Amino acid sequence: MMRASPARMALYVISALVLVYLILPVLIIAPISFSSARFLTFPPPSFSLRWYEQYFSNAAWMQATRVTLTVALLTVVIATPFGVAAAYAISQSKLRIMRLIHMALLLPLVVPIIITAVGIFFVYAKVGLVATMPGLVLANVMLGLPYVVISVLAGLQSFDPAQEMVARSLGMNRLRSFFAVTLPQIKSSVVAGGIFAFISAMDETIVALFISGGQYQPLTKRMFTALRDEIDPTIAAISTLMTAASFMLVLLASTRQKRSG
Amino acid sequence: MLALVSPALLVILALIVLPVGWLAWQSIYHDGFTLENYRRVFTEDVYWRSFALTFEISLAVTVIALLLGYPVAYLANSVPKGWSILILSLVVLPFWTSVLVRAYAWLALLQRTGVINQFLRYLDAISEPLALVHNTFGTVVATVHILLPFMVLPLYATMQKIPNDLMQAGASLGASPSLTFMRVFLPLSLPGVLAGCTMVFVLCLGFYITPELLGGGRTVMVSMLVSRNVELYNQFGAASAVAVVLLLSVLAIFFVVSRFISLDRVLGQK
Repeated sequence: MMRASPARMALYVISALVLVYLILPVLIIAPISFSSARFLTFPPPSFSLRWYEQYFSNAAWMQATRVTLTVALLTVVIATPFGVAAAYAISQSKLRIMRLIHMALLLPLVVPIIITAVGIFFVYAKVGLVATMPGLVLANVMLGLPYVVISVLAGLQSFDPAQEMVARSLGMNRLRSFFAVTLPQIKSSVVAGGIFAFISAMDETIVALFISGGQYQPLTKRMFTALRDEIDPTIAAISTLMTAASFMLVLLASTRQKRSG
Repeated sequence: MLALVSPALLVILALIVLPVGWLAWQSIYHDGFTLENYRRVFTEDVYWRSFALTFEISLAVTVIALLLGYPVAYLANSVPKGWSILILSLVVLPFWTSVLVRAYAWLALLQRTGVINQFLRYLDAISEPLALVHNTFGTVVATVHILLPFMVLPLYATMQKIPNDLMQAGASLGASPSLTFMRVFLPLSLPGVLAGCTMVFVLCLGFYITPELLGGGRTVMVSMLVSRNVELYNQFGAASAVAVVLLLSVLAIFFVVSRFISLDRVLGQK
């Protein structure tokens, strides 16, 4: 290799600056959350856990946290089997219409979320699902489905369907052969898809702004309202916890995916 | 097989196809058919300005994201594998942080008493705090931050497929590195540029949280027009018409782009 040319040096510097720009906001939250100051000062004057105490002792924040965790868990429980079944059918079937269905399942990624949110709000208003738990869960199942479908389809691509054929020729029915032969081999991508659906539900804000209310408001909706009014470091504490949770889940998902090869 | 997809398909039909169809219907029907909502969207100043502003911001965000993202993707493509994994992980890291959390982080960084203003005053570089947020500037900074991964990933994927031999061939024929880049590498990376730009532009058109929290009420993007018409003014017909025009714009862009590159390339990254 030659010595780094000026152009090469410029490339390093620019890229380094862009990477700093990308990660700085992610890293800035944690020190703010551990600061004793009421207002943002940097560096923080002294270490304190008061914003975490405030979060954990506030009934409204705790209720919102329960809603978020319940919605995210129910979303995974429903979206994962729905998505796995759909991905399996799409990969196995040769029907023409499957391509169209595949595209339909990716619609939540294509339609701007604000449009989806307002549309769901109008439909829910007619059927009485606004500000209810089932309404919130259903919307998040829809938003999480594409992640499961994409992840499982990728997993199925490296799976040889002939194996399932063998199992069936040995007398297993289709359902049993799926659970005994196929599922164990795509387990990692199923878990990864489920984790992504969980994170999607945990972070979802815009649909919740329109359709959630009363005691069934998730954390993100309360955070959004709080951010519009004033900047309270309690939000830094919540943000730090949410980010830590997301990162741990992503790490879990990626080690899973790696193991599947 | 159709039975297996039906639960998922039913959810999609009930929760996205039906609601969007409902919006379309509501935009043209209110005690009889009417085009009044569309007349307003296309003639009233508020709507026009908001659409123009949204397209301007989206264009600016796309260009900035390309200028910032291209060098990073290029670097990730040209270093040993361990380094490129590190670079790409740093790019994707913010991706898994809630958009809301990142909007909060930018507020903390950019506001009058924020980290950046305090730092600049500490250096005596400024005497008055700069207005970095609650305006279009703050919106653009935070939006580029959120959308940059959508630019870098397709760029990197495309660059990976450009054979290194071509660059060596260029060099062996006497072309300077910058000439080989301009004449060989850059043109071959254009599909990635198009894929990244499309995704960033389209996502930006519908952005809501960032302009709402960082725009300070002055940067009224189309998404905010939709939400205000619903929440503040109860103008459901007008909100629906705005939403339909926005959706048609997005679909039109996808359609035009699909003539040049496969849409899987645009959507495949997430």
